[in-house]
Amino acid sequence: MRLFVNITLGGVAEGLIFASVALGLVLIFRATSIINFAQGAMAMLTTFIAFSVLGKGVGYWPAFLVALACGLLFGGVVQLTLVRPVQNKPPLNAVIVTFGLLILLEGVAGAIWGNTNRGFPAAFSQKGLVVGKTAIAFSHFDIFIVVAVLALSILVGVLFRFTTIGLRMRATAFAPEVARLLGVRVGRLLTLGWALAAVAGALAGLLVAPTSVFSPSYMDLILVYAFTAAVLGGLDSPLGALVGGLITGLALAYVGGYLGDSLQPIGALILLIVVLMIRPEGIFSRPTARRV
Amino acid sequence: MLEVENLSVSYGAVRALKGVSLRAETGSITAVLGANGAGKTTLLRAISGLVSTQTGTVRFGSRTLTGMPVERIVQSGVGHVPEGGSVITELTVAENLELGAAWRYGRRERARHLSEVYDLFPALKERSSQHASSLSGGERQMLAIGRAVVSHPSLLLLDEPSLGLAPIITANLMAVLLELTRQEDLTVLLVEQNARSALSIASWAVVINLGTVVVSDPAETVAADSDLRHHYLGF
Repeated sequence: MRLFVNITLGGVAEGLIFASVALGLVLIFRATSIINFAQGAMAMLTTFIAFSVLGKGVGYWPAFLVALACGLLFGGVVQLTLVRPVQNKPPLNAVIVTFGLLILLEGVAGAIWGNTNRGFPAAFSQKGLVVGKTAIAFSHFDIFIVVAVLALSILVGVLFRFTTIGLRMRATAFAPEVARLLGVRVGRLLTLGWALAAVAGALAGLLVAPTSVFSPSYMDLILVYAFTAAVLGGLDSPLGALVGGLITGLALAYVGGYLGDSLQPIGALILLIVVLMIRPEGIFSRPTARRV
Repeated sequence: MLEVENLSVSYGAVRALKGVSLRAETGSITAVLGANGAGKTTLLRAISGLVSTQTGTVRFGSRTLTGMPVERIVQSGVGHVPEGGSVITELTVAENLELGAAWRYGRRERARHLSEVYDLFPALKERSSQHASSLSGGERQMLAIGRAVVSHPSLLLLDEPSLGLAPIITANLMAVLLELTRQEDLTVLLVEQNARSALSIASWAVVINLGTVVVSDPAETVAADSDLRHHYLGF
């Protein structure tokens, strides 16, 4: 029983990290029908920037904010310079551009910071909490993960649901031409969408780094899991990203906890295949034809 | 007044519009008639900037619209209701209207302008918080028109508003359009397959055939000319 509880708690924290990367994938996909393969690598870069800022001796939180701000800026710049030129081209162009960016960023990070495995500090203690007299596998840092990802999800939800800019973003995602006919500056909103997605990614990068080895490729496997989560949730539903992330996190935690860590990637693959077989449009998506 | 001069549009090798010129007077409805594929929809899309033009200019009032991006054309007072209405079905009725008003009015002012639309189309008021996907064809068309007029444009481009509607609903819609045009001193370009109902409210009629203007006359003249009606309009 204690094992089950510990595995479940770990799965929730892990799942919410997947959710924040998946949220970035979803924000981009629903607006532009592009899968951003560089989502993890962009997060890696902003986390390395935070790492360098930390090295200058400033505290954790300034570095944390610098990473998020860099994410915002970086996402916007990537959209304007790399993605916009391929926006209305065949979908394969965008795949190659984002995939190329992934390889480029990992190469550049390796050249600047080296391809060695490092450690990255956590915002809070990673030692398990003690409930009653038993220690559980859930730390202050895990609580921070839960709070941070839920806060981000709520912010995104409020932005979409209750603000004019959110209304415009939804309209742009559903019907870009109609949105233009209603005076919406679609181009700007796409840039903003990428910027927001990169912030969600930057947060994920900061949350993952302390829990794993920290190297230029540390987000690769996370991206695979996040992609599973996003597909599970329906690829164009932010709520789906959150739920998909939790399901993926829990499923992988049970696979890892009961069957062994080395089976986790296969577990994710099986989960992905099962979802695509049973409900290819995902749990929360509008079932429509789409190009991927 | 809307002035279109020598407008040409090609889709690849297909020339959809070949030097179209027309004028539409302020405070009246100009019907644009013609068979399927005559270039009527293309004309509207060229005016609102959705397709780029090879030659020609579009002027509205003192402004030249040609070459401006769609958003800017809309923000200079052009409302375009595309064929089929294209309401955004994933949004609620109120959200569709909010979106139409948002470029012009702040949050507080919008409520007032939304209620004007609800006065115009009371059916929409009852359904304001429902998704637009739950609306009937007629209601969708009302919403699409409401969404375009909520920002008080001076030029309204309507692409086949009667498409798929029952005759009685079409008649009501046309009556509302005529009233709206007079009240708001609108310039309206009304593209219609349903020539009979368009002519009933239009003051001027332009007939387009294979990308060129073949007739440009007062609406009564066109309605009374049985040869012309048989030849181009099918009634």
